Amino acid sequence: MIALLIRDLRLAVRAGGGFGLGLAFFLIVVTLVPFGVGPQGDILARIAPGVLWLGALLACLLSLDRIFALDFEDGSLDLLATAPIPMEGVVTMKALAHWVTTGLPLVVAAPVFGVLLHLDMQAYRWLVISLLIGTPALSVLGTFGAALTVGLKRGGLLLSLLVLPLYIPTLIFGAELIRRGAQGMSVQTPLMMLVGITAAVIALVPFASAAAIRVNLR
Amino acid sequence: MVATRICDLSQRGVIHYTSPMTILSAENLTVARGGVPVLHGLSFSLAAGQVLVLRGPNGLGKTTLLRTVAGLQPAMAGKIHAPEDSIAYAAHADGLKSMLSVVENLSFWAATYGGSDIAPALLQMNLTGLAQRPAATLSAGQKRRLGLARLLVTRRPVWVLDEPTVSLDTESVALFAQTVRAHLAQGGAALMATHIDLGLTEARVLDLSAYRASLHNGAADPSGFGAGRGDHGDDDFGAFL
Repeated sequence: MIALLIRDLRLAVRAGGGFGLGLAFFLIVVTLVPFGVGPQGDILARIAPGVLWLGALLACLLSLDRIFALDFEDGSLDLLATAPIPMEGVVTMKALAHWVTTGLPLVVAAPVFGVLLHLDMQAYRWLVISLLIGTPALSVLGTFGAALTVGLKRGGLLLSLLVLPLYIPTLIFGAELIRRGAQGMSVQTPLMMLVGITAAVIALVPFASAAAIRVNLR
Repeated sequence: MVATRICDLSQRGVIHYTSPMTILSAENLTVARGGVPVLHGLSFSLAAGQVLVLRGPNGLGKTTLLRTVAGLQPAMAGKIHAPEDSIAYAAHADGLKSMLSVVENLSFWAATYGGSDIAPALLQMNLTGLAQRPAATLSAGQKRRLGLARLLVTRRPVWVLDEPTVSLDTESVALFAQTVRAHLAQGGAALMATHIDLGLTEARVLDLSAYRASLHNGAADPSGFGAGRGDHGDDDFGAFL
């Protein structure tokens, strides 16, 4: 299974692998919002948590269809399905590789982008924490959408429609965590909810994704 | 127990040998593509050291049968007997990553199947000189050879091969036949769908045309399967390449 993770990471950083795709998209969203909203710092600071989370979520969505589609097209997925790795393990490794190439760069870069949105000083810590806890759930939920649409040509639209509703709880509590942190309020409730959502998603969704792939390979 | 099953199958006129070393067998198998049965009432068995070549026109269901045997889809009816983790499947597509080199591609599969040495497989499929080339720059035949080298690093006894010789030149076909023979000599077995003559004199041929499900499920016999089966199997076995 580690071999699969290493292979996917190696593929992501090579030409055409799409490593910087999510990060570049995040950068575009976050730099364009101040131009659209106007230069009032207080308004930007107020919408910053939501914008940062939206940017992260859409950046994540952008690369979801690659998770299984490339392996499906070149036949690797059939061979992986007959290999001595459980399909749940394949899904988990794929989600982990997706997170390392998409979610983790966002976590690292988000504080820099927070400056562009006048994010409150005391919110930076919570920005990093909320993205660090929340983005793995985005990747794992993404595998479910990608698994359902794996056999479809141009399945990107369907994939987005399937996955976006599943992302809403993470978005709500992730942004709420930063907002409360910025206002110096207690963050316990959104933090607990965010951790709970991510833990449940990681524990349950790989089984659903694996089942969806098995059905799609028939 | 095994002997009983073989005896039982022989009575239906399907099996022409009795080897106690059966490692893959199918009993009264019905396979379906998209929920529609394509092959019906199929029984065969394969012992260590044997090759079974599947023949039949395009679209008959050879790939569907092989995918079913490989465990990618469930059989509609009937049973497949094979020890767990004994089958290595090679499909039409080789599953190569064009951005990775030959060695990286093969090492990945070797690691997945428990980490065997890839050097003998490279040598066997005449890929040593191409080891550092990205798979994207290989020719179709070279890619196929790399795909077949994957079988060697799986170290699994039963090879299930779907048109393994596509895009191979004459020399590579001979190389592949030699590889299969070496695999059989080590106690392996192979089930393959192919249209060309591999020169494997020991191979048995199974013509799947007789098991076409529509013969039993079409307009001529609206009552369903089962009727009229059993008379076809006999003359298809025992033919040689």
